[in-house]
Amino acid sequence: MHAPNVDAAPSVREQMNIVIVGHVDHGKSTLVGRLLADTGSLPQGKLEHARAICDRQGKVFEYAFLLDALEAEQDQGITIDSARCFFKTDARDYIIIDAPGHIEFLKNMISGAARAEAALLLIDAKEGVRENSRRHGYVLGLLGIRQVTVVVNKMDLVGCDKDVFDAIEAEYSAFLAECGMVPQRFIPISARDGDNVATPSDRMPWYHGPTVLEAVDLFRKAAPKRDQPLRMPVQDVYKFNLRGDDRRIVAGRVESGHFQVGDAVVFSPSNKITTIASVEAFSAPPTDHAAAPDVTGVTLAEQLFIQRGELMSHLGDRPLVSTRFRANIMWLARQPMVQGRDYKLRLATTAMPCRIHRILSVLDASELTHTADRAEIGRHDVAEVILETRRPIAFDPIDRFEATGRFVIVDGYDLAGGGIIREAVDDDVAGLREVARRRDFEWAPGHISRADRVQRNGHEAGLVLVTGPAGIGKAAMARVLEQLLFERGCCAYLLDGKNVFLGLDADMLGALDKAEMLRRYAEVAHLFVDAGQIVVSTSNTFGLADHAAMRTVVGAQDTLHVHIGDDDGEADVVLPPELGPEEGAATVFAALVERAWIGPAAGPAAGV
Amino acid sequence: MADLLRELENQSVYILREAYKHFKSLCMLWSIGKDSTVMLWLARKAFFGHVPMPLVHIDTSYKIPSMIAYRDRLAREWGLKMVVGQNRAALADGMAHTRGRLTCCGALKTEALRRTLDGSWPRLVMNADGVYVEEQHREPYTGVIVGARADEEGSRSKERYFSPRDKNNDWDVADQPPEFWNQFKTDFAPGTHVRIHPLLDWTEINIWEYIERENIPIIDLYFDRGDGTRYRSLGCAPCTGHIRSTATTPREIIAELRETTVAERAGRAQDQEDPHAMEKLRRDGYM
Repeated sequence: MHAPNVDAAPSVREQMNIVIVGHVDHGKSTLVGRLLADTGSLPQGKLEHARAICDRQGKVFEYAFLLDALEAEQDQGITIDSARCFFKTDARDYIIIDAPGHIEFLKNMISGAARAEAALLLIDAKEGVRENSRRHGYVLGLLGIRQVTVVVNKMDLVGCDKDVFDAIEAEYSAFLAECGMVPQRFIPISARDGDNVATPSDRMPWYHGPTVLEAVDLFRKAAPKRDQPLRMPVQDVYKFNLRGDDRRIVAGRVESGHFQVGDAVVFSPSNKITTIASVEAFSAPPTDHAAAPDVTGVTLAEQLFIQRGELMSHLGDRPLVSTRFRANIMWLARQPMVQGRDYKLRLATTAMPCRIHRILSVLDASELTHTADRAEIGRHDVAEVILETRRPIAFDPIDRFEATGRFVIVDGYDLAGGGIIREAVDDDVAGLREVARRRDFEWAPGHISRADRVQRNGHEAGLVLVTGPAGIGKAAMARVLEQLLFERGCCAYLLDGKNVFLGLDADMLGALDKAEMLRRYAEVAHLFVDAGQIVVSTSNTFGLADHAAMRTVVGAQDTLHVHIGDDDGEADVVLPPELGPEEGAATVFAALVERAWIGPAAGPAAGV
Repeated sequence: MADLLRELENQSVYILREAYKHFKSLCMLWSIGKDSTVMLWLARKAFFGHVPMPLVHIDTSYKIPSMIAYRDRLAREWGLKMVVGQNRAALADGMAHTRGRLTCCGALKTEALRRTLDGSWPRLVMNADGVYVEEQHREPYTGVIVGARADEEGSRSKERYFSPRDKNNDWDVADQPPEFWNQFKTDFAPGTHVRIHPLLDWTEINIWEYIERENIPIIDLYFDRGDGTRYRSLGCAPCTGHIRSTATTPREIIAELRETTVAERAGRAQDQEDPHAMEKLRRDGYM
């Protein structure tokens, strides 16, 4: 190796991820191989190595073999997964993702395309627009990739005929328009022979547009998101307590916007409000601000109980909160998505059980035909649905925010689908939630915050809501639990509905308004929680369906739902009916420890 | 360039934090080489100066001696929980590269790694006095953080950030889970584990640019120490070749890499034995 040039400064070069998609055999790998070879981006010996393997296997060399580094692919001649490789132009460096075109591998195509900032979509001039030409076009739209250049390949096979090219452009533009997409341009090429790839083709003098290489240099980098409203999903909360470090750091990625020390922020869906006390970093200059797209960590002015999944924003522009939203989803798993089954929704850092509330329509993406009245969503289908999460989550519509407007669905152990949110849909407690949010935002605090009380009491405050059929022992268990908490030094209070009814609801004795009674009861519980108490409550007074309303008024994060009886999939803790009050109370106590409301069994936590 | 390094750092830190959140039994493989040392540095970035997961090193006994000294020095200085695994039986039986390089790698690296990760063989952990003692309670690791980069060679370019391995440690290349929007494979069946790749998007040059920017104390074998040679890739002494180079700083190495068309692993003898050597090793669990 020659003597290095010590004066070489690090180059300031832009990098861009682009993906190449399209129907199987339309020539994606060949185009990538061409781009690598024609830009001189191949390592020494790679071309010869690929030629040698072809010779040994008795095949004619093709540029596609450069990429298909895996045996399985070379044997079948198709790309299975999204391979990545690198090439450079004078303008910038590219990571190029070669996505598989075979329908079996749509999930791999999506994995590749989701990382891209722009796409080249290939269509075979001879075969024309095929199933995956359409499907991939639709998926690019769903993934939010707006910069698409359509490359019509194998023009040599149709005699470089302008009419063929024009017909494909007309047909495919119309299709993309239906998906709400506008391609940047169409380019006629022959990847095999190199026409219009790196150099203009003299076989197609009727084409005056850019070559593929020129076209990729025309893709633009996305505008920085730092000037948009703040969104930072909480990824984790650290308190390492090692080597004298007692910082409690809320970590996450600033997905959009920016903030600085002293800013008032709110965490949704819990509605907790505080200010940023510091911005933390290791081995970096001290800073008092952070902005998208950086990962960061902050400490807060108050020791709030914040968990992963909360969404930090400024007070003026908050995310939506609901259990229901309308979404477009695509399904990738072999098992269809069905109604009545629990799935796990993951949105930014939130994970929450969810179900289909309603299927509005199912779309065959290859043909763009809608079908209403379908009970399930099959593999590779795209559907418009209303999803319902078990607890309220914070999110945004996709047209406002990318990172908090899209989600994936996990079925069992596997990521089974993905989707984008169009709008929030009111659930049964939307009205109560709005009242509670307004209450929380306009709350008039004293000099003693709830966090101060938590600090002194040594435990979190919250509502333990006990539900179950009449006569199953809710009241008995609740009373034992209150006593157990009290004896362990916790501030606990049994809030019996009857006592609220006798006093606060005395005005309603003549005209029972169940919804209003529930609201009052829940607001009383909320006051106790704000005062630092662990409130133990039974639902004797109210119907079982009302626990969602209770949770909404008190706050989902501050409620532990204990159900005595059969597991209905709703409760946080389920107690079998045969369990006595003492065992039941001990189980609930353990659950409170596990959730870090209170310290380990010895007593209240020393400090939270 | 500064922005690109920051982008890469952001994504790696995000991945490391996801791994730490989701895997109860998590470890990071540390080969002492530049890539996994950068990864270790990124963990300190992610966890604000701490490294909350153990570092696993597979000691083939043929490593260049200064690698071990460097490992233990950083472990003490940075407060790392160090775990070392080794195929003692094969070594007692005289295993060496002379029996075939791939056979040797298979026994001393792949097999030792598999048995160390699943807890079926003893693990040595460094205690508070800097002495290695046998670990008492060996849990299988369900999350294993690995410093593989997509640009190293073909098969690595198909990896996911979170890549599941079945009970036999196998990597099913043809049926990998989808991965998009930074939602990773963090749910897994009992008996399986997940490989986590925070450095997937980094190139060899990015690694050196970051070492320079962060002033990471990389092992000096990568630099010319006076004889006009240096290592470009580190492995076992018998199978790792020098390159001729007078580079003594990351800056000089970057300048050199911009000019070269020789592949990074060209000095690693085991790759030359079979055109699909690396893919086979990786399917079997090689890091």
